[in-house]
Amino acid sequence: MSTPAIEARNLTKKFGEISAIQDVSFSVEDGGITGLLGGNGAGKTTTISILLGLLLPSGGEVRILGCDMVRERYRALPLMNFSSPYVDLPHRLTVRENLRVYGELYSVERLETRIDELAERLDVATLLDRRTGQLSAGQKTRVALAKALINRPRVLLLDEPTASLDPDTADWIRTYLEDYAREEGATILLASHHMGEVERLCDHVLMMRGGGIVDRGSPADLLARYGRSDLEEVFLDIARDRVSTVAAT
Amino acid sequence: MSGRIREQALPSGVSSRRIMAMVRRHYYLLHGSIPRILEMAYWPTVQMVIWGFVTQFFMGHSSWVANAAGVLIGAVLLWDLLFRSQIGFSMCFLEEMWSRNLGHLFVSPLKPSEFVIAMMTMSLLRGIIGLMPSWILAYVFFEFSVFSYGPGIVAFFSCLFVMGWGLGMAVIALVLRFGLGAESLAWVAIFAFAPISAVYYPVATLPEWLQVVAWCTPSAYVFEGMRAVFIDGVFRTDLLMGAIGVNLVYLAIGAGLFAWSFASAREHGRLLQMGE
Repeated sequence: MSTPAIEARNLTKKFGEISAIQDVSFSVEDGGITGLLGGNGAGKTTTISILLGLLLPSGGEVRILGCDMVRERYRALPLMNFSSPYVDLPHRLTVRENLRVYGELYSVERLETRIDELAERLDVATLLDRRTGQLSAGQKTRVALAKALINRPRVLLLDEPTASLDPDTADWIRTYLEDYAREEGATILLASHHMGEVERLCDHVLMMRGGGIVDRGSPADLLARYGRSDLEEVFLDIARDRVSTVAAT
Repeated sequence: MSGRIREQALPSGVSSRRIMAMVRRHYYLLHGSIPRILEMAYWPTVQMVIWGFVTQFFMGHSSWVANAAGVLIGAVLLWDLLFRSQIGFSMCFLEEMWSRNLGHLFVSPLKPSEFVIAMMTMSLLRGIIGLMPSWILAYVFFEFSVFSYGPGIVAFFSCLFVMGWGLGMAVIALVLRFGLGAESLAWVAIFAFAPISAVYYPVATLPEWLQVVAWCTPSAYVFEGMRAVFIDGVFRTDLLMGAIGVNLVYLAIGAGLFAWSFASAREHGRLLQMGE
């Protein structure tokens, strides 16, 4: 049996008396896209931060590509990457400068070729010499994605990758992510509260509420289990605690 | 195929490539910003001009200054070097916070130790860029060059840079712990050391109890050593060794505080949240 790309066991995070997440356990097999779905405050960003090693758990264990993220994170980090609307790239640097810096940090070989490749595929070639701070939200998202893919990560963690984007740009990003996961055989964990996005992209969904995982399965499984026609209704059933009602009907 | 990472095997030690990546990041920032470069050179230059004229005035009115013409200008240049070293170190970190970039940096393979070495390198470069105009002006207008006092004075310079790094690590530890509300410490922390560093007067001028405190700062050894070179023409190895010894303690304390605050930031999730 192959090592899971991502493995979380009994993860708990407390900030003082407040539990941000409790007893979160899941495993993501190598390859494919998994969605981490939940409302605001459900614990998605906390979970992703722990997976990245940016946040230390109060309890539990995380393994990425078999590496313990508390003790061995520097073994896994070169093989991972991440993008989030809560983190920026330096605004005063040009797009090319930012990609160069991150390419060097990830020790990417033939970096200039890689930057040109990504620029073409993500449609940012004309932006390479513009300052990152001068870009629109959609352009910044594409550049952030270029940074996240600079090292061809085997594990890509994305926190709300299409937040605040217009439908056209969001659709474009989703298509790119589908292509990337398929072509590179990469594992993508995607935190989102955009149901359509998760339904379209994900092979597997982890539903979070109140800091815990309350359900999981493929989108089709979840729809069948809740007797709903789309994930948004499933999400509302869970968010509004209508699960028992749904189960009963 | 392009874009494969070279270090698929595990990066165990410190990587010069990642250090240079961070140096490059801050070089890009400076390269694209004339105001930042002007800011670095502005104050040391103004200080040097003022103290240059003060020295000229005192040379006609004070036999002590007349006998050691460079002592005041030298003190100003060395004090600015210490200030630039500390602020150069701290500013690199603050730039990352202001641009909300810490989250990206610390999910990359960049290690805190590499980050610190890069900031030290940038502090050195920023110090040289900031101080060069004042050194040139001191030479052109007042015929004063610190380098004319031999390599010993360069050794004392180095001690001030290292002290600045130790203090810089302590400052960014506080900013990491308390957030950007503590950023003004980056600008003012060094001035707490000014009275006890004996920049313009010998340590013996201080009250006895304060002399004990002064000898706990590397800068007091450096400025005493500077005066020994400028006034007596003597290079005091004992003072250099004292400065190095106390610097080691400062570096250890600074590194310890930084490591503690970094661990605390990971504990409380501040690496992802910090920024303007």
